[in-house]
Amino acid sequence: MSLLEIKHLNKSYDSKTNVLKDINFEIESGDLVSVIGPSGAGKSTLLRCINRMVNFDDGKIIFDGKDTTHYKKRELRKLRTDIGMVFQHYNLVPRLTVIENVLHGRLGYKSTIQGLLSMFTEVEKENAFSLLDTLGIVEHAYKRCDQLSGGQQQRVGIARALIQNPKLILCDEPIASLDPNASKVIMTYLKQITRDMNITCIVNLHQVDVAREYSDRIIALNKGAVVFDGSHLQLTEERMNHVYGMETRELITV
Amino acid sequence: MSEKKFRQKKWQTTLFFTVIIVVTFISSSITKFNFIHSMTTFPSAFTWIFSNLMITEESFKKLPTILTKLNETIFMAIAASTTAAALSLFLGVMGSKTTKVNNVFSVIARVIASFSRNIPIVAWALILLISFGQNSLTGFLALFIGSVGFLTRAFIESIDEADQSSVEALTATGATYFQIISKAVIPQSLPQIISWTLFMIETNIRSATLVGILTGTGIGYSFDLYYKSMDYNTVALITFTIVITVILIELMSNYIRKVII
Repeated sequence: MSLLEIKHLNKSYDSKTNVLKDINFEIESGDLVSVIGPSGAGKSTLLRCINRMVNFDDGKIIFDGKDTTHYKKRELRKLRTDIGMVFQHYNLVPRLTVIENVLHGRLGYKSTIQGLLSMFTEVEKENAFSLLDTLGIVEHAYKRCDQLSGGQQQRVGIARALIQNPKLILCDEPIASLDPNASKVIMTYLKQITRDMNITCIVNLHQVDVAREYSDRIIALNKGAVVFDGSHLQLTEERMNHVYGMETRELITV
Repeated sequence: MSEKKFRQKKWQTTLFFTVIIVVTFISSSITKFNFIHSMTTFPSAFTWIFSNLMITEESFKKLPTILTKLNETIFMAIAASTTAAALSLFLGVMGSKTTKVNNVFSVIARVIASFSRNIPIVAWALILLISFGQNSLTGFLALFIGSVGFLTRAFIESIDEADQSSVEALTATGATYFQIISKAVIPQSLPQIISWTLFMIETNIRSATLVGILTGTGIGYSFDLYYKSMDYNTVALITFTIVITVILIELMSNYIRKVII
């Protein structure tokens, strides 16, 4: 059984333009799936429909065997604890320490009061430290996040997603604000996560070469529709032109 | 910009200043305010101030009683500011565009804020004087209400300015509304919130003196008392202690701001 199933998903922000048009795909557990496509293709919206940060118009999303389409508050909260999210701009609280930001990932499991009083268990704290250790930033645990470099902040973001014990991690342009070196580190960690922890990752990417190198499967969007879905080997030059359009492709390769 | 528009803009500036000058003349003639005459009274006014408002040794003996009164005023100002800050934080969260629960609460919060802000603090003191009588509670309430109005407005703006990205991140982890407010919104607005509260304490210490004159409490009452009994030396001492206090509080709050941010 697949972890995520998207059926006939449609979404529009206003009545004229459809951001997503009849999206259909299934994703297996433990895959790293890249979603590529030009700006404005609907990549971010697609990702946010999965954890319902954005509501879609019609269609169905089945996550872990359950239809989440009509989830309301409490169920939605439960759903979100199972789905981690990593952002382009890391979306950390800059004035708080690394460890505090990582522990924010546990808030979904807490009652409001426990959350307000930061009542985290010893196990949770130990987990947070061991995740930071795995990601190689344990020595920064007590530093404020705004003192870290972009790559380090993104690793804090990944730790925050991982401490949720998610089944799925959504990454919205995780390397778009990073230099090539930091990008490589982040992508390697994401690959490692899917392989070692059997967590599925869906990664929005701008860089086609990165998508080719790291992902098990590539889904390409253009103008809200899926125009390619398959392994990187199947993504031929001809199909790439179809995704990005002839002229822009030339611009990218130059 | 076309030449025509440019000329038009120059004309507007000239017109604007002409109107201001004309309005100034008209209002001074209506109120019979004579600038030259008022300037000529300056020397005698200053002579009076320097000959009467001197701190003498005799007035210095009253320092202990003045200081107790001053303490009362300072603590009242601080208490009014901090309690107002607590309420304002709640109203600010309700009123801010980014954190509001719904529009009804948001409008209510904004109405409370603008109502209490737009009535001057002296008016509040006089209104409350009738219902609560001459005591420190009246003074406290007047400062409290004025502060709530100002701080709510300031907090709404601080919260509006806070970066929304971490709010999105915490929503995605499944955190509840209050968790998001306390873990993502407040930590980011905290420097401004503390800064505004400190500013409010400074302002309230100044206002407390004035309110004290009306409500018969604290340093304002002492000021009024000695002023009416024409003991100007003590009045000078009181003024001096107030100035020193305000400067000290300002220095302290500047230091606190630096440490926090």
